[in-house]
Amino acid sequence: MKILSIVETAYRATLEEQDDTILWLNHSLKNNGADVSLLLRGNAVNYAVRGQNAGGLAFGDRKLAHAPEPDRDLQKLMEAKVPVYIIEEDLRERGLAQAGLIGGMEKVSRKAVPALLERFDQVWHW
Amino acid sequence: MAKTLTIAIMDPPYETANTTTALRIVNAALTQGNNVTVFAYEGAVNLTMKGQQPHANPVKGTSVEQEQHPTTKDWIASLFELARKNSVKLEWINCGLCVDERGAGDWIEGPRRGSPKDFYEAAQKSDGILVIPAK
Repeated sequence: MKILSIVETAYRATLEEQDDTILWLNHSLKNNGADVSLLLRGNAVNYAVRGQNAGGLAFGDRKLAHAPEPDRDLQKLMEAKVPVYIIEEDLRERGLAQAGLIGGMEKVSRKAVPALLERFDQVWHW
Repeated sequence: MAKTLTIAIMDPPYETANTTTALRIVNAALTQGNNVTVFAYEGAVNLTMKGQQPHANPVKGTSVEQEQHPTTKDWIASLFELARKNSVKLEWINCGLCVDERGAGDWIEGPRRGSPKDFYEAAQKSDGILVIPAK
């Protein structure tokens, strides 16, 4: 069964979790044998920006040990053979240039999304 | 002179960025010598649950010790400690009805049970009010 996970909501409790829960879930599913691909759209396209640094969070004396690194987590997903697609108009609308993005993703236009969806048995929109 | 800030929050732990934002504001206010009242409404009453436990991260291959996963109850306990060190007051009120419907009554030391009336009274006495609702 081929699954496309569409990730749209971004930075949902990423500091509390030290990662993005949906990237994490998809990586866990892949590790358990799922044939899963990822499509980043909306604000989640910002996950592809290289060198994000959310470090330094502290409440009183308690410091966050590991800041979330969604760009690195995406790279690890791709290393685990999870294809990652990204909506190019969503990048452009946010002024995110190619030079600042991680490599390895496949850009798709909004017009191409219906054809992309046809390639999967199930589509999960997060 | 110390001022008093009242914040209403209602997101449960580990769901949105709202909790971190609220706790950052509480941290800043306490650090600058101000008093803070938090009214935890609906899912936010779970933020102070004593039974929260850090976990390992099987995707990253890290152990519980390596991961040092944060818990909201530890963050809030640290804020109570910060208030004590700075000789200011952090009052944390968990909505009692919200607690009852969730069976969420086992908290860390510090919060107290209250009602919307407590929020109203705190708002009347405060220099500033901030409402951070769930979406």
